[in-house]
Amino acid sequence: MAAAAGRRWVTIARFAVRRLAAMVAILAIVSFLVFSLLALTPGDPAVLLLGPQKATPEAVARIRAEFGLDDPFLVQYRDWVVAALHGDFGRSIRSGQQVTDMISERVGVTVWLAGYAFVLTVLIAIPFGLVAGMRKGRLADRLATASSLVALSAPTFAVGFLLMYVFAVQLDWFPAFGSGDGFLDTLWHMTLPAVTLAISQIAIVLRQTRAAAMDVADRDYITFARARAVPSRRIWQRYVLHNASLPVLTSAGLVLAYSLTGAVLVENVFALQGLGALLVVSVAQLDLPVVQALTMFTALLVLTTNLVVDLLYFAFDPRLRRAAVAA
Amino acid sequence: MSQVTIVPTLSRRTEWGRLFWVCVGFVAAVAITALTVQWIAPHDWSAQSLVDSGQGPSSSHWLGTDALGRDIFSRLLAGTRTGLIGPLVIAIGAGVLGTALGLWTGYAGGRVDGLVMRSIDLVYAVPPLLVAIVLVGLFGGGYWLAVVVLIFLSAPGDVRVVRAAVMAQRELPYVAAARTVGVSPFSIASKHVLPNVTPTVTANVLLQFVVGLIALSGLAFLGLGVEPGSPDWGLMIAENRTVLDLNVWAVAGPAICITLLALAVTVIGDRMFEVLTDRTAAR
Repeated sequence: MAAAAGRRWVTIARFAVRRLAAMVAILAIVSFLVFSLLALTPGDPAVLLLGPQKATPEAVARIRAEFGLDDPFLVQYRDWVVAALHGDFGRSIRSGQQVTDMISERVGVTVWLAGYAFVLTVLIAIPFGLVAGMRKGRLADRLATASSLVALSAPTFAVGFLLMYVFAVQLDWFPAFGSGDGFLDTLWHMTLPAVTLAISQIAIVLRQTRAAAMDVADRDYITFARARAVPSRRIWQRYVLHNASLPVLTSAGLVLAYSLTGAVLVENVFALQGLGALLVVSVAQLDLPVVQALTMFTALLVLTTNLVVDLLYFAFDPRLRRAAVAA
Repeated sequence: MSQVTIVPTLSRRTEWGRLFWVCVGFVAAVAITALTVQWIAPHDWSAQSLVDSGQGPSSSHWLGTDALGRDIFSRLLAGTRTGLIGPLVIAIGAGVLGTALGLWTGYAGGRVDGLVMRSIDLVYAVPPLLVAIVLVGLFGGGYWLAVVVLIFLSAPGDVRVVRAAVMAQRELPYVAAARTVGVSPFSIASKHVLPNVTPTVTANVLLQFVVGLIALSGLAFLGLGVEPGSPDWGLMIAENRTVLDLNVWAVAGPAICITLLALAVTVIGDRMFEVLTDRTAAR
């Protein structure tokens, strides 16, 4: 027994290492593409940094030498990667601030927003999705299906303004702007933004959960469990949720990994100073070091989430663990 | 809604359902509005009148005015143009590109397939809308730039879906039969496999329309889409956020338009997929 369990962990670890290697390869290619943006973008970064008045040929030449802009493209790329691996993404060409400092100042708001929205998504989408899937065609299912269809069709920022109008302007229950101080105040300030972000995510996870539950609903083991008078709580948890967990896990991972996209729109609506707002400003100002760092950050987030989801598969599905040993 | 087409050989008439026709009617009305808006709009949609700015609904301005005193209702009607054309071009462009690649990689398999699928994995390492924001923003924005970028970001999705459908078909006897009598791989893929994956392709093109509509409106909202001042639903929401408390219709109107159009096209797509799948299965 112990030997089998040991072997099992070795195979899972081997799988993790293989996936990690693939992830590093993808990150390397993404980093090259992201860095190439620099070469493709119109305008000289040195001129942007100096501003049109001070951009005399001598000053431009000095800046180009200082930032290594005259080096061959591949040399510049190597220097950038080496610095990035040491956690240095250079300085903003607008504010001169360290990019990593700018990101660490802003990351808190976005983590709050994404985390709060994710908790709401999981708490709402999974139970309602299971119920809808198990009671296909009944009222609860039709309500859940119809509302998730509407939620998928409504743009996130439009939902944000709607909630702001009703709950901040008309009812004055929640603030329309700002991120608050302290835990409770932040919770209060972040509720409308988080609900906005969660609405688009709930629709995605709910539809996946419903489909997974529908697949389980007609299985004989559910009928037998009911016939054996297994408590319904146990049926829902051990039989339905457990067997539907893989697609649920995949879609939950997807929405978490993609929450920075939603944050771009939500932070804009509620005037929050998070990473999404930073990305929009940096893109508009052609502040490439910041854009490059944020893009790499997102790619790392997406790939890490995918890896974690793949590893969680083994925790949730004993068949996969056995298959890992057999393979 | 959930009726099943019973024995198509007895009755060739398809029961599309009332909801389907309501949605088709709505999309048709939007299309007709887009073509005739210069004659049917009650006001000039770009005429400003600062005296009338931020007013609520009235008899002369049915949905009130925006911050610059422009008529919201007329701007909503004019917004049908950028609301339809861009998403349509994205859906068709990505559909043609994605179906061709999906058909090729799904049917041929092997090294081409591996290469294309790995590059698609790469595309998904960064969320498509984020890539669109960065690319469109860095290259100076604009509606058609956004449309072109979104075609290339949407096509990988089509490739995946079409490829999966083609791979399921590839194992069926009719493909083996065609191969045995010496039909060329290109003909098999285009004349025999393609018609059998039409339900998937059609549903996917309509889905891409919806995704394109929402993505374009998001880009316009961030100031990366249409030119400032154009009557566009996404841009209207951004422009009128300051008059949210004065005239809520200036924001709710365009939001409802985007949602209804997206909803109608989604319903049409879902229903067409069901009906076409039944038909192909019946053949």
